[in-house]
Amino acid sequence: MVANPLICTLRLMANNPLIRVVSILNFVFIAAHVVYSAILTKQNKSARPVGYAVANGASNSPWASRNMGLLGTILLLFILVHLRGFWYEVKFGEMPMVTYEESGTIKDVYTIVAASYENVGYALFYVVCMGFLAFHLSHGFSSAFQTLGLNHVKYSPVIKKVGYAITILIPTLFAAIPVVMYIQSLS
Amino acid sequence: MDPLKTIKSEAVSADMSFLEMLDVLNEELSEKGEDPVHFDHDCREGICGMCSLHINGKPHGPQQTTTCQLHMRSFKDGDTITIEPWRAKAFPVMKDLVVDRSAFDRIIQAGGYVSVNTGGVPDANEIPIPKKIADEAFDAATCIGCGACVAACKNASAMLFTSAKISQLALLPQGQVERKERAEKMIAQMDAEGFGACTNTGACSAECPKGISLTNIARMNREYFSAVVSSNNV
Ligand code: SF4
Ligand code: FES
Repeated sequence: MVANPLICTLRLMANNPLIRVVSILNFVFIAAHVVYSAILTKQNKSARPVGYAVANGASNSPWASRNMGLLGTILLLFILVHLRGFWYEVKFGEMPMVTYEESGTIKDVYTIVAASYENVGYALFYVVCMGFLAFHLSHGFSSAFQTLGLNHVKYSPVIKKVGYAITILIPTLFAAIPVVMYIQSLS
Repeated sequence: MDPLKTIKSEAVSADMSFLEMLDVLNEELSEKGEDPVHFDHDCREGICGMCSLHINGKPHGPQQTTTCQLHMRSFKDGDTITIEPWRAKAFPVMKDLVVDRSAFDRIIQAGGYVSVNTGGVPDANEIPIPKKIADEAFDAATCIGCGACVAACKNASAMLFTSAKISQLALLPQGQVERKERAEKMIAQMDAEGFGACTNTGACSAECPKGISLTNIARMNREYFSAVVSSNNV
């Protein structure tokens, strides 16, 4: 096997204790976010036990802002599928092994990821879910600042712009991975 | 949900205000010996906030104003208009379109005031307040307590109303003494009344007849966080 700087970098990341801390915190925050959102949604629903016969929400607020619970639930399902497909396999599944000069014999994650994205349905599922993520972020990013009271004439416009950038960039880049790997699998 | 009842009126003119239309409709019903439609109103000039009607899916109807300032020219001839009361657990329906909004009064009673000692009349302009701050406080003070924010919010949240009242006093020097306690008590009362929490959809501000801005909610959240960590109430 040839020396590959990318592999070295990834290897370094996988062994870096900071990355482990970040990933564990990430799990903890996602779990907290899910539990707290569920409690809040239940409370908020009970604040209007009798609904309107006619309600024109579209005239006063963006669709995503009114459907964060729905979007969040879809994303939770996506995360579960994603963890089952890759994280669980890597941790507990039968993994193919690969040997590199720099790092010795390690689990070959690349091969199972590439194999998964050969399936057009699986790749499409990832792309569509990234669309839902974009909607979730389009409201969630700036909304988080507002909830924390971080609203200011100087910074709020910047926060809004960064929010738009994140809304477009993160889902697009993540969606690019299955798209590129699917196209690669064709040739 | 109470069933919607369709009532036909022949006497609507484009120049009528929405409440005049209901007056005329009730005349027609009374002449026929039927029960009139109960609805709230008082000033009819857009300042009291009593005229709480949810019209065609929007609080106060198609325009960002109070129902009393809405005119029938905003509708088309022959339209069927759906009128509902505010829907919120904290605003129980009394009859037809009349809701009890005294939950708002109790939020104000919990801390939406400034205590002053009696004594000699203070001089005007004794306390200098920068114009910018005075304007901001005054903008918040224009809230008429109509409840359209609660009616519009998918969570029936009263955070725009409460934040307007908290902001008005937090911005002014007179409000400083009770500042922390006010934020804690008014928010506790708001929650106790059964209003939902804010998820920042912005529907409240878009429907508020006084254009109360979401910056007030952010300010209230700041007031609350700083009160919780620094007030002397345990
Ligand atoms: S904030 Fe606006 S909508 Fe809410 S009660 Fe005050 S005036 Fe009415
Ligand atoms: S009746 Fe007073 S605001 Fe409409």
